[in-house]
Amino acid sequence: MSSALSDLAVTTSWYLVLGALLFLIGGCGLLVRRNPLVMLMCVELMLNGVNLSFVAFADRFGDVNGHTVVLFVLVVAAAEVVVGLGLVVAVLRASPRATADDLSALKG
Amino acid sequence: MAEVIVFAVAAAACLAGALGVVLVRNPVHAALMLVMTLFGIAVLFVAQQAHFLAAVQVIVYAGAIVVLFLFVIMLLGVDRAAQLSLGALPQQRWVAAVFGITGLAVLVWLVAAVDRLFDGSGGENEVLTDALTDTAADTYGTSVNDIARSLFSDYVYAFELTSLLLIVAVIGTVILARRSEYSAATDEASR
Repeated sequence: MSSALSDLAVTTSWYLVLGALLFLIGGCGLLVRRNPLVMLMCVELMLNGVNLSFVAFADRFGDVNGHTVVLFVLVVAAAEVVVGLGLVVAVLRASPRATADDLSALKG
Repeated sequence: MAEVIVFAVAAAACLAGALGVVLVRNPVHAALMLVMTLFGIAVLFVAQQAHFLAAVQVIVYAGAIVVLFLFVIMLLGVDRAAQLSLGALPQQRWVAAVFGITGLAVLVWLVAAVDRLFDGSGGENEVLTDALTDTAADTYGTSVNDIARSLFSDYVYAFELTSLLLIVAVIGTVILARRSEYSAATDEASR
């Protein structure tokens, strides 16, 4: 038992599996939850799962470009959250009893 | 051995936080669960020598994005933020179940494939892995210098575009969230 444990090493696929699980949990949450704030948090979960995969591949293949892409994902995620929360606040101000379904009013 | 323990603890924190975000009712608790996931991921970044990204992860995600979430929840009022949620539509649960099961199936299949590709000793896959590794491994480093060299040479146009994106996002949000003369007047009238 102890020798089997000491032989155990963390490989790239462990990180990839964890990233994929985070992506799946975030995706399921995005589909199930109907609070727009929590839906945005679930999008963050999905992005973080992908970030983890990028860094795992960068580490595996010795390519620093994977880290650069993660930086871009961070920037886009920040912009997305800012605009998404701004929309939620604006919709709630326009109609205080609004629910997630009323975001369809944004179709114009 | 130590890295296995670090991975196990950080991965458990990540998954528990992720499940918490999806399952917890109160949006404030969901935001705090998100912080747990983000810290777990930062630890995993450190475990893979991505120290700069780990710092950025904590500063930008835990420091800025989650604070922004909490700020908006408090701005709306916790009760009102929780009221926003509806029960899931019945077909939504089905779509989510199909998505989850399909995803898990693909995941299991990929784990088998990836293990053969990266960690196994299969004939042509080993050649592929070696070729991929050889292209960059000799210059690989993950210091801030190395990331900056990549960011400001290969990705300089994308970097400039992100500045445009951030400016557009900030201006758009200010316009969205600003109380216009007209809506202020109608608010007064409705009171």
